[in-house]
Amino acid sequence: MASLNSYLFVSGLLFIIGLSGVVMRRNIIVVFMCLELMLSAANLTLVAFSRFNGTGGLPDYSAQMLVFFVITVAAAEVAVGLAIIVALYRARQTIHTDELTALKD
Amino acid sequence: MLPWLLLLLPLCSAAVNQLYLKRNAFLASMLSVASVVVTLIVSFLLLGKTDGGPSYSWISIGDFQLPIQLKLDALSTGMMIVVTGIGALVHIFSLAYMAEDGAKARFFTCLSLFMFSMTGIVLAGNFIMTFIFWELVGLSSYLLIGHWYEKDSAADAANKAFMVNRVGDFGFLIGILLTFGLTGTFVFDDMKVGLNNFAALHPDLVGGLLAAAILCVFCGAVGKSAQMPLHVWLPDAMEGPTPVSALIHAATMVAAGVYMLFRVQLSLGAEAFEGVAGNAIAWVGGFTSLCAALMATQQNDIKRVLAYSTLSQLGYMVMAVGLGGAEAGMFHLFTHAWFKALLFLGSGAVIYACHHEQDIWKMGGLIKKMPITTLTFAIGTAALIAVPFVTSGFYSKEEILATAYAKNKILFGIAVFVAFLTTFYMTRAFVVAFLGKPRDHGSDHAHEVGPLMLAPLCLLALMAIGSSWLTKPLSAVDPRLIHHAEEHAEGHLLILGLSAAALVLGLLAGFLLYRGKDKDPIDLPLLQNRFYIDVVYEKGVVKLLQDGLAALIHFLDVWVINGLLVGGSARLSQSFGNLFRRAQAGNLQGYAFLLGIGVVLVIYFTTFWN
Repeated sequence: MASLNSYLFVSGLLFIIGLSGVVMRRNIIVVFMCLELMLSAANLTLVAFSRFNGTGGLPDYSAQMLVFFVITVAAAEVAVGLAIIVALYRARQTIHTDELTALKD
Repeated sequence: MLPWLLLLLPLCSAAVNQLYLKRNAFLASMLSVASVVVTLIVSFLLLGKTDGGPSYSWISIGDFQLPIQLKLDALSTGMMIVVTGIGALVHIFSLAYMAEDGAKARFFTCLSLFMFSMTGIVLAGNFIMTFIFWELVGLSSYLLIGHWYEKDSAADAANKAFMVNRVGDFGFLIGILLTFGLTGTFVFDDMKVGLNNFAALHPDLVGGLLAAAILCVFCGAVGKSAQMPLHVWLPDAMEGPTPVSALIHAATMVAAGVYMLFRVQLSLGAEAFEGVAGNAIAWVGGFTSLCAALMATQQNDIKRVLAYSTLSQLGYMVMAVGLGGAEAGMFHLFTHAWFKALLFLGSGAVIYACHHEQDIWKMGGLIKKMPITTLTFAIGTAALIAVPFVTSGFYSKEEILATAYAKNKILFGIAVFVAFLTTFYMTRAFVVAFLGKPRDHGSDHAHEVGPLMLAPLCLLALMAIGSSWLTKPLSAVDPRLIHHAEEHAEGHLLILGLSAAALVLGLLAGFLLYRGKDKDPIDLPLLQNRFYIDVVYEKGVVKLLQDGLAALIHFLDVWVINGLLVGGSARLSQSFGNLFRRAQAGNLQGYAFLLGIGVVLVIYFTTFWN
């Protein structure tokens, strides 16, 4: 069976991929997807700890509870975020962050 | 409460005039005259009293108490008679003299303000009050010299008087603080005790500090009483209306310096004036009286002649104070105030009659046109040149000469020479202005002034003869006054002889040189130009010092204040703003990156940083 470290390693990898995507990509949808990736990385960490920090052969369910909350909130967030992106596209005809500089100008 | 009435009545009059009667010149002048007449009556009632009425606590910090209190003794009540008496006569004279002036209400408001401030100096019970009222007389003097401020010369003279006095007052303030350091109190009555305590604690320090304190206090008197080298403002102050010159710049305010010195001498004890401080004061006084008398011999403006004569007589008084004979100085102050006010008001009447002509060489023959004015002016002149036995000036000048004879023979010689010069220049002015034949249109058409002007002149003429017999209250201040006369009885005849000789010589020289002349037979540019002292001030102090200082301050203002402080702080915040503007690039990824860095740093520090 894979150890806790390999889970954490994968989770960290996911997080780094997500973060670099958020920082480097210009397309808001991709940025958004990378954000979801970072959330998944966090979820993976939580589940891994829940599995390995169990007591009496049972996993720690409170971590899994938190994961469900995160997924729920993330789903809601995705709904709102996508709606905003659609509205943004309608207003500006673009979803590239470079061109969204109304506040700066 | 009577002493407080003395102080507050002129203040109320000034306030009411300023607030309600600006447009009603007649009522304003009447109110001022009424207030000064009432104060004159009150000062007569207060003669001989020593109860200053209630005092009010003004500042109280820990042990330090500063009350507002009035001090009544023979000195201050005697001085009040001079101030209110001459004040009343000058007010009445001004009713006629300023009758057609456009700003009569303002004039009388300022006169009332002056009466208030002068009363304050005389009655002040502590040094701080003296200083406050000292500045207030400076202010009212400024306002009154600049009464005709449309004239540039009057405005300049007012400024000059104010600024020259600042120089003296700076020293005065230091002197007051030094005195406080020595005695631990500002109240005149407690100074002697405080000084003795200090002397017991620091016997080696007290002499030098005391001399320094007295000399600094004397600086104030140098400014206010126009002693060398700060005398330059007084002749220029003659730009003001003549009644003002009579009241402020001859009789009362300029004498305040001498009064204050005497007050200090009474408070600290006459011993304090022995040594360096007293000598310096005496020499400044003697030097001033000599130089001023020399300058007076070559002036052509009748008021300037009188102004320099005032300087010279003030020099006498200061010299007497410095020689430890402050009683003699005060006695001369008392008599001089009356006859100098008389001379100034007389000159005012003459100037008024000659259509504001002040040059004595354009007058002449006035004895026929204005007999009463001439008579009163002659009496004033007689008092000033100290005609023996019949005039008040004789007794007081004798007293000063006796003091000088006893203490310092060189100063005595100077004083006798000044007496000769005084006789000479007064004879000159009198002969040129009143005798002979009219030299100009104005003096040709002059005629006697009205009764409102003549009445004060006649009363003052009476005082010029009789005031020496009214000084009983003054001699009560210090019984040493009588001792002085007895002590030096052996020199008495010599002094009398010398002063009589100075008088006769001066009269002869004046008559012989100036009788029937149409222009000045003597021509001494050095004296006409007042030893070039004004030029030195103009070129040296004003040009170099003031303009240099102005350039320096301008540099500081433009570069340090404006460039560095104001502009610098603006530029600093601007450049900070520019710097931080870079961070606000509007780049979403940039923000996210910074956020990520921030989170990493927070985690790093919370985890690995103890």
